[in-house]
Amino acid sequence: MTALMDINQLLDELETGLRRILEQRGIDNPVLIGIRTGGVWLADVIGKRLGIEQPFGELDISFYRDDFSRIGLNPKVKPSSLPFDTEGRDIILIDDVIMSGRTIRAAMNEIFDYGRPASIILATLIDLGARELPIQPDVVGHSLALEAHQRVKLRGPEPLRIELQDSGQ
Amino acid sequence: MTANDPSPNHLQLTRDGQLRHFLTLDGLGRELLTDILDTADSFIEVGERSIKKVPLLRGRTVVNLFFESSTRTRSTFELAAKRLSADVLNLDINTSATSKGESLSDTLLNLEAMASDMFVVRHSQSGAPHFIAESVTPGVAIINAGDGRHAHPTQAMLDMLTIRQHKGRFEGLKVAIVGDVLHSRVARSQIRALNELGAEEVRVIAPGTLLPRDVEDLGCTVEYDMARGMKDLDVVIMLRLQKERMEGALLPSEREFYRLYGLNQEKLALARPDCIVMHPGPINRGVEIESAVADGPQSVILNQVTNGIAIRMAVMSMAMGGQMAERQQKQTDSEGHRA
Repeated sequence: MTALMDINQLLDELETGLRRILEQRGIDNPVLIGIRTGGVWLADVIGKRLGIEQPFGELDISFYRDDFSRIGLNPKVKPSSLPFDTEGRDIILIDDVIMSGRTIRAAMNEIFDYGRPASIILATLIDLGARELPIQPDVVGHSLALEAHQRVKLRGPEPLRIELQDSGQ
Repeated sequence: MTANDPSPNHLQLTRDGQLRHFLTLDGLGRELLTDILDTADSFIEVGERSIKKVPLLRGRTVVNLFFESSTRTRSTFELAAKRLSADVLNLDINTSATSKGESLSDTLLNLEAMASDMFVVRHSQSGAPHFIAESVTPGVAIINAGDGRHAHPTQAMLDMLTIRQHKGRFEGLKVAIVGDVLHSRVARSQIRALNELGAEEVRVIAPGTLLPRDVEDLGCTVEYDMARGMKDLDVVIMLRLQKERMEGALLPSEREFYRLYGLNQEKLALARPDCIVMHPGPINRGVEIESAVADGPQSVILNQVTNGIAIRMAVMSMAMGGQMAERQQKQTDSEGHRA
């Protein structure tokens, strides 16, 4: 396991990218939703950096996963919590890593069960490519291509760090 | 582990310990019971959304197979299945097939032919859900919604969820179950769950005629005097007194029972001041519980009903998930075999 990439540099990228897109779209009152677990840590940090006072939402997508019929229910599911009305709001959805895009599809399905947001901006710290669905993040901290035996993981919450795991095969 | 292993767990659990049927709490450990409660907590949150539905059982068919009548249990199972996006069929067997002479096995074969994925079974005979689970096609989950005097595991678990919500823990709790324990499948499942989850004391309070023989073996203490039994309680669970028991000479009279074992404000005052009052419903006001108590600030009877939906969603999705994971596993195994 090696730590790679300076987390603060990636967070800077995310912050800058988000500020730019919010300005372009004229959004001045967004709300943040993080996907458990890494996305929630990031929502906390990014919310402070962007000066969003509204407490962020936490999403557990276990009830929306598309592999329920293959592996059953995640036994460690926790309640989602969206401490605001999503109806008509501009949402920044944050996750640590995007790959297939299936997590984001599940997360968007869940968000729509709370109401109809005005818009959703997708921000991910790391983009690993290998998409299986037509879903692309609006803002990315860092893009990265991994070998088949490599895994990347965000550890946290204090301090946040990125770990590259190599099974060495 | 062989298919004819008599232990209920080889029937209830998959190889890797996931639930695949939910028949009894016997043999289920604290970790699994806690997983059920935690999952139910997440479903409570779903019940507070504007769209109270998740797609877990979308495209699955759930059959509520009630050989014994019920309003609350059946409707909460129905609502639970619908909130999981399943298609639901309600069958009240008292009034249909069996009255035309069809056997239980034939009824089941017909329902399986309709591609059902889950049977929620209530039956007046103990062991009926086990019997069905043993004979049903692999991949179909069986949930026990109450069988004879044997078990009512979803009721017990929704009671545990209610206790945890109000008390935050089980350790150190003193819980009493009052009334007709003899005929109560609810009491049996509750005693089992409370012991497994670590309650300090489970006490039954009842006249000797309404207690099963060797009741202590279930894991409880016995108190015949209610005033003494109420002392130090954190939770008091009242059981429904079935009026037909009065005619069976087990009780002197309804009035006498209420005087001795009915819960009123005076008796409740003997428990801890934050003692909660529970009842599986439907309540007989003035037979086992006074209205002022049933509707009072310490009563959590309506919370129990709300929690019933969440617990049933948890159990149904966990059992269906276990069945599907197992099917997937078998497929992978047989492919590996061929390769």
